[in-house]
Amino acid sequence: MSDVLEFSSVDKSFGGLKVIDDVSFNIEIGSRSALIGPNGAGKTTIFNLLSGIYEVDNGTITLDNIDITSVPARKRVDLGMSRSFQNIRLMPHLSTVENVMLGQHHLADTFTEMFSPLGFFSKNPWAKKAEKALVDAGLETFPGQVVSELPYGIQKRIEVVRALMSNPKLLLLDEPAAGLNAVETKELQKLLEKVSNSGTTLLVVEHDMNFVRNLCQNVIVLNFGRKIFEGTPNEVAKDSQVLEAYLGGDET
Amino acid sequence: MSAYMTEIIIILCLNVIIAYSVFLPAAAGQLNLGAAGFMIIGAYTDAYLSSADEGLGLPIAFSIPIAAFLTALVGFLMSFPILRTRGVYMILATFAFAEIVAGIVLNMEVVGGASGFPVTTHTELEVLLPVTIFVILFGFYLMSTRFGLAMRSIHDDENVSLLFGVNTHLIKVGAFTIGAFLGGLAGALYGHQFDYIEVQNWGILFSIYVLLYVLIGGTQTPWGPLVGATFFTFVPELLRTVGETTGIELLTELRFAAFGVIIVGMMVLRPEGIMTRTFLELLFRKTPANQKPGLG
Repeated sequence: MSDVLEFSSVDKSFGGLKVIDDVSFNIEIGSRSALIGPNGAGKTTIFNLLSGIYEVDNGTITLDNIDITSVPARKRVDLGMSRSFQNIRLMPHLSTVENVMLGQHHLADTFTEMFSPLGFFSKNPWAKKAEKALVDAGLETFPGQVVSELPYGIQKRIEVVRALMSNPKLLLLDEPAAGLNAVETKELQKLLEKVSNSGTTLLVVEHDMNFVRNLCQNVIVLNFGRKIFEGTPNEVAKDSQVLEAYLGGDET
Repeated sequence: MSAYMTEIIIILCLNVIIAYSVFLPAAAGQLNLGAAGFMIIGAYTDAYLSSADEGLGLPIAFSIPIAAFLTALVGFLMSFPILRTRGVYMILATFAFAEIVAGIVLNMEVVGGASGFPVTTHTELEVLLPVTIFVILFGFYLMSTRFGLAMRSIHDDENVSLLFGVNTHLIKVGAFTIGAFLGGLAGALYGHQFDYIEVQNWGILFSIYVLLYVLIGGTQTPWGPLVGATFFTFVPELLRTVGETTGIELLTELRFAAFGVIIVGMMVLRPEGIMTRTFLELLFRKTPANQKPGLG
C-alpha cells in the first residue's frame, strides 16, 4: 500500500512556544485514521498546517507524492485535500445548496463557469449535483434554506458534504462528532463509512473514543506537540503512555 | 406625470445605479465610502467628452460608456491599495480616495474648477430609465452566478472561501471594479439630467447616504440596493406630503430629523438590512411540503 499523505519531521512554533515538535506520520490510501490527544496537544494545529492556514517551520508535507509544504492554501484543494472545521464554518447567509456548491468551486473556476447563472433560468448542473449529494447524505429536505437556521447536527453533516464536493483524495474532519447526540453520531458514522468505501481517505480529529473505535483502523496519539503512540484503537486503549497522557501518571 | 414626480423618478434612478455601485463590493464584505469619487470621475469625463462648447462634442452613445470604462479603470487601479485594508480602515481609504478625486478636479481649470462645468446634451428619462432597469437586471444576474456566490462566501468567511479554492483577491478586485463602472455610469447620466455639474454636489455626505442605502437595504441579496435607494428617495418626500396634507408642521419642517429617527429604528430592528435571505424566504416560501421539519 502506498501513502496518500506523508507528514515528516514537522516543527511549528508560535513565538517561543513549540506546539508541534518533530511529528511524523504517514496515512495510507483509502485508510481511516484518527488523530487524538488531550486538549492543547496540537491536533487542530496539524490540520491547519495540512490545509495551509499555517506554514511549517521545518519538515515536509507530501500529498499523493507531491510536496505541498510551500503550496498556498488556495491551491491545496486542487491537489485533493479538503476539510471540515471544529466550530462549524458554513457560510451562514447562504442556503444549504449554495454552501455545498462552494465545495465544487475549484472544479468550476473558469471565466465561463464564473459568469453563467447558477439558478436564474433553470437548474444548473452544479446545483443538481449538489442537491444529489445532499440526498445521498440524507439531507434532502433542506436545499433552499439558509444554513444558520438549521439545527447544529444537520449543519455539521452539511459541512462534511461540502468538503466532499471537491472530490478530495484526503478528507480532514476536525471533531465531526462533537456536540452530536447518539443518533446523529450513528448517522454521521454511516455517512463517513460510505465516503470511505468510495475510496476517500479519512483523517479525523475526535474526542469521542467510541466513534474512533467504530470508524478508524489507525490511531495517532499526540501530547504536548509530540507523537507519543500510533496503532490500532485497541492497542491505544492499553498503552501506558497514552493512559498517562489522558489520566495523569502519578498514581498508576 | 407631474414635473415633481418626474424629478423624483430621475433622482431615484440615479440613486439606484450608485447604490448598486457600492453594493457589489459590499456583497463581498468590502465597505466603500468613495461613491462620490466614482460619480465625479464619471460625470466630469462624460461632460468633457460630450460638451459642445468647451469639450470634445462626442455623442452621448460614446461619451457615457467611455466615462464608465475610465471610472472602472481608475477603480481597478485603486482597488489594489484599497483592498489591502479591512473594515473601518477600508472605509477611511475609500473616503480618502473620494476626497483626492474631488481635490484634483476642483483644481482642474480645463473642466471649470470650482465653478463647475456645463453639460450641453440634455436627455430625459428615455435614456436614464432603460439604463437603470438594465443595471438592476445586471445586479440580479451577477448575484446569481458563481461569481456572486463567491462574493457572498467571501462576505461570510474569507478564509474558508480561500480553502475551497476561491481566488478571493481577484473576486474582490472584480467586485470593486464593476462597482466603479456603475458609479461612473451614474455620474455620467447625472450630468445629462441636470445640465450642470460641480464637485461640491458629491461630498462626504453623498457617500455616506449611498453606503446607507446599501446597508439599510441589505447586502445579502440584489434586492438590497433597490429597496434601500427607493426607501431613502421616497420616505423623506412621503414625510413632506403627509405633513402638508395633515397639517402637521413637525413633519414638514423636521422631516430629516424624523427620517434620522427612522434610520436609527431600522438599524435597531433590522441590523442586517431590510432585504435579508430569511425575509425573502418568508415572502416567496415554497409549498409547505418542501419544508418538512425533522430528520434529526
